[in-house]
Amino acid sequence: MSTTVAVRMTNIAKLFGAVVANRDASLEVAQGEIHALVGENGAGKSTLMRVLSGMYAPDGGTIEVNGRDVTGWKTTDAIAAGVGMVHQHFMLVNTLTVAENVVLGQEPSSGMTIDMARSIANVRALSATCGLLVDPNARVADLSVGEAQRVEILKALYRGAKILILDEPTAVLSPPEVRELWQVLRALRDDGGTVILITHKLDEVIDVSDTITVMRGGRTVARMATADTTPRDIAKAMVGREVALALDASPGIQVTGENRARRADASSKALRDALSVRGLTVRGDRGTVVISDLSFSVAPGEVLGIAGVEGNGQTELLEAIAGLRKTEHGLIMLEDTSFDLLDVRERADAGLSHVPEDRHRRGLVLDYSIADNLILGRQHHFSSRRGLDRARIDANASAQIAAFDIRPPMPELAARALSGGNQQKIVIAREIGREFRVLLAAQPTRGVDVGAIEFIHAQIRAARDAGKGILLVSADLPEVLALSDRIAVMYGGRFVTVLPAAECDAEMLGPFMTGAAA
Amino acid sequence: MSGASVPSAGSANPLMQRFLSAFLAPIVALAIAAVIGDLLILTFGEAPATVFRLLYEGTWGNPYGFGQVLYKATTLTCTGLAFAMAGRAGLFNVGAESQLAMGGFAAGVLGMFLPASTPGVLATVLCLAAAMCAGATVAAVPGVLRAKFGASEVIVTIMLNFVVLALLNWLVAAKIHVPETLHTPPILSGGVARLSASLPAFHGSAANWTLLIAIAAALVCTWYLFRTRSGYELRAVGLQPDAAEYGGVRVSRVLFTTMCLSGALAGLGGMNFVLGYKGYYEEGFAGGAGFLGIAVALVGRNHPLGILLAALLFATLSQGGLAVNALVPKQLTDILTAVVILAVATAVPEVQKQLRAAVASAATLATRKSSAT
Amino acid sequence: MSALSFVLQTIRIAIPYLLAAAGGVMSERVGIIALGLEGLMLSGAFGAALGSYYGHSAWFGLLGALAAGLVLTSVLAVATLRFRANQVVVGVALNLLAVGATRFFLRLVFDSASNSPRVAGFGGDVSGNAMLASFANPVVWIGIVALPALSWLLYRTPFGLRARAVGEKPEAAASLGVAVVPLRLKGLLIAGSLASFGGAYLALDQHQFSDSMTAGRGFIALAAVIFGRWEPMRVAVACILFAGAETLQIQLQGAQLIPSQFVEMIPYVLTIIALAGVVGRSVAPAALGKTE
Repeated sequence: MSTTVAVRMTNIAKLFGAVVANRDASLEVAQGEIHALVGENGAGKSTLMRVLSGMYAPDGGTIEVNGRDVTGWKTTDAIAAGVGMVHQHFMLVNTLTVAENVVLGQEPSSGMTIDMARSIANVRALSATCGLLVDPNARVADLSVGEAQRVEILKALYRGAKILILDEPTAVLSPPEVRELWQVLRALRDDGGTVILITHKLDEVIDVSDTITVMRGGRTVARMATADTTPRDIAKAMVGREVALALDASPGIQVTGENRARRADASSKALRDALSVRGLTVRGDRGTVVISDLSFSVAPGEVLGIAGVEGNGQTELLEAIAGLRKTEHGLIMLEDTSFDLLDVRERADAGLSHVPEDRHRRGLVLDYSIADNLILGRQHHFSSRRGLDRARIDANASAQIAAFDIRPPMPELAARALSGGNQQKIVIAREIGREFRVLLAAQPTRGVDVGAIEFIHAQIRAARDAGKGILLVSADLPEVLALSDRIAVMYGGRFVTVLPAAECDAEMLGPFMTGAAA
Repeated sequence: MSGASVPSAGSANPLMQRFLSAFLAPIVALAIAAVIGDLLILTFGEAPATVFRLLYEGTWGNPYGFGQVLYKATTLTCTGLAFAMAGRAGLFNVGAESQLAMGGFAAGVLGMFLPASTPGVLATVLCLAAAMCAGATVAAVPGVLRAKFGASEVIVTIMLNFVVLALLNWLVAAKIHVPETLHTPPILSGGVARLSASLPAFHGSAANWTLLIAIAAALVCTWYLFRTRSGYELRAVGLQPDAAEYGGVRVSRVLFTTMCLSGALAGLGGMNFVLGYKGYYEEGFAGGAGFLGIAVALVGRNHPLGILLAALLFATLSQGGLAVNALVPKQLTDILTAVVILAVATAVPEVQKQLRAAVASAATLATRKSSAT
Repeated sequence: MSALSFVLQTIRIAIPYLLAAAGGVMSERVGIIALGLEGLMLSGAFGAALGSYYGHSAWFGLLGALAAGLVLTSVLAVATLRFRANQVVVGVALNLLAVGATRFFLRLVFDSASNSPRVAGFGGDVSGNAMLASFANPVVWIGIVALPALSWLLYRTPFGLRARAVGEKPEAAASLGVAVVPLRLKGLLIAGSLASFGGAYLALDQHQFSDSMTAGRGFIALAAVIFGRWEPMRVAVACILFAGAETLQIQLQGAQLIPSQFVEMIPYVLTIIALAGVVGRSVAPAALGKTE
């Protein structure tokens, strides 16, 4: 193996206002390796890589690339030095063609004009050499997600990237596309290129990387050679303790075993399902069918966990149940109530609670106070002919803030000013701290600190024990394993399998999640 | 115990923050405008102090001038409220000018057709309803296009201004006007009394009791925005439409009704001229008051009570322009109006950014404190 | 009236639309709403009268127009690019500022409330057809080539590709090292120059500046931009269409077939219909008006 150091980042610090994104983060990447940068959501991986690619200037620490001190450089410098980054959210201009997107900023020109013929030829040649097939004349808006990602990689390679950073590249890819991507990355490495792969999926790390750096809470906490490590070691480093969630055998099974017994007990008593879905078909934003003919039910006192790679229809499923997205066909029932003709508010009144996946976009009105956020979706219960009932809103706020330990305990404070964990507690307090029969919980602990995670998990378990039906969606497999009674794996808009949680572990679910088993 | 300690960190104090966010930007803007005003006055070879004294004397300094300020502020309150209510729902109603004109026209035409024997109060109420409905109807067009097709209400309202004003021009010029004039025949019943009828000091000024209607409108808007469920939903739509939708709000319906409400408020302003001042609709009476409503709303920070103050400010500038016209062109105050708008528009995002950062760090501190105890 | 005079008249009316609309396309394609076109035109017209009056030549008039337009453009640029102010509000303020400032300086410089004295224009001494004489005016030719040239600029040059990218998705352009703010500034400067030339044409053609002489032409140009779906050549067609309707109305004035007010409405009604998506949807550049 080559011993030349391509990237050396030392004690990087990066702050956003009062929020520390990186602190004492150090990274060393050898030339000609695939280096995985792993950690949970919010561990600071993306920030660290944006610092490396010149998008952010670090607040402390030094960066060396190929032995040269480049601390504080700009995107243009990074591109010139052969550092290219493929972002998690594509940086593509939809109205332009593939070739235009690729050459943007470095257009081959003849005289004053762009030499479009040469641009197209160059892109075509490049795409053939690295096996990233895509039509240079196609408009980006018309591409599939996989193709769009190829364009992103082409953009970096077109600029002569020798160090390629990919931020969660597989989040939106199908398994064959992932395999193709690995081939491309290996070919790059074998050509002397360096790849840094940001991910939080252990199977990918094991699959493709040579070396691993683990991040936690904004710091780099471990560095290991992939050949000498096990998924459990990586997971331990990621979480910072022996993984008591579900990857580890004993506590998880005890909980789920107990669940199963209790559930069997409950289902004999329950006459009807809390939530049932029959033959549901839903279209996505691009107009394609993203959920096809899906049927399932959730019993009272049961957590049905949906595992799966993001983008396989989970988001659309919850939106359809909540009334935020039109359904093509199918029936959704909460106990005896058909949701057919009900809008969002009526569904909520029928007993549906919903913790949405994105609290910044949907779950909270960030400029509203904590008190006002605590009635969102129930505002009609806090108003009378004479307007909003301030006294009841304030009483509700004090009660919820105390019960769910929202900090700081200032009902007048705008939700925007709170930490992620406390913001999520507002959502949880509002949705769980009221009368309901079914809870939809999407990514309930995303971007939340460890203390808050445990608190939120306890709330969900308590709701289940109180006989509520819970549909849980999480990209965090350990979370699904820890909380669920049954686990459904969603792939391509269907449940490829539904199993009792007690029979599941991460390794056996993996193939289902990637569509390899069905 | 947590929960018990409420930190007293100054910048985290929501009241203090609200105060700063409301007044900081307008004050900065006025200071900038004053400086630029001084410079312009100097180019004309006059002493700023003299000009500003004259401006004061011609407005707040005598009952007639003050009456004119109140009269102008009445229309501006309505158009300012129109822009602000739309703004709170994230809409830009740049069409207040034509909604105002249409409101005045409807009131004038109805007043003209009502028999002279109609009881005055009834006629006034009917004309008021007609003005509001007419304004709402004009605004319903961009409302529908935005709610149904997502068409930019900015462009539609601007384009509609020209369409409606041309239509009114045609109606008045070709159909109903007093010969040799560009106004409609006078109303027979429903006129609103001048202030000077009860307070002789206002003699000669156009100020009339429509003023009370405008103030009432501002109070109702305050109540509606901050004390009712509809207002809660309206503001949620303006701040974060996705969150509002999640919260069970029918977003496109709110967009449509808010646009109509906004148009109704602008139309209400037409009362002031038609019923309170001239007693007839006259071509071009709006005279930019619709556009000035944007300035009023901006400086009033989209708050109905702030708008009352801002309307007085811009009415003073407008009337003051006439007062100083002997020394410097009255357009000085038009320039200052534009400068105030630009200064507020540029200062607001900056002030908000600073305040947000201050509140966030204070909240972090408070969180730590409450966790430590 | 002959067909030739109809065409010539249409072109004369279209010139200020073509220039201002070219400015509008440039501005909106880099992501800045072009609500201030009217103000830019008006200040251009005043600058032209001022330049021509003191310079005794229409060429100085053009320089004056450019200077006045660029003063207003820099206000726009500072407010929207540096301070990220709301572009609709800034546009409205710009129009108010132009009306107020031109009147103020009209009094200050020419001591008149309504118009400037007669100033030099282009090609005043060409004998023969007065209609043809106006074609000796170089601004006419600038107007005729403005939109085709803009089309070339947007679709054939590196600047144009970057401009389209910045107006559509600035963060994507920025991630490739395209400096967004300087590029938008360039776009605004081009836009401001073109729009002020549109105003200059009016002042130099009429040999004077008169109060509010642009009379809403900036908004007709904006309507043309939207009706032409932000594509320079389509926008040119829209400008000529709107100008043609106006010519028709002027030439049929005696006939009283339809009231002139209804002809005036045509551009605006067509634009509203286009926005409603009745005949092919107008879709604005995605980043238009976004401040973040």
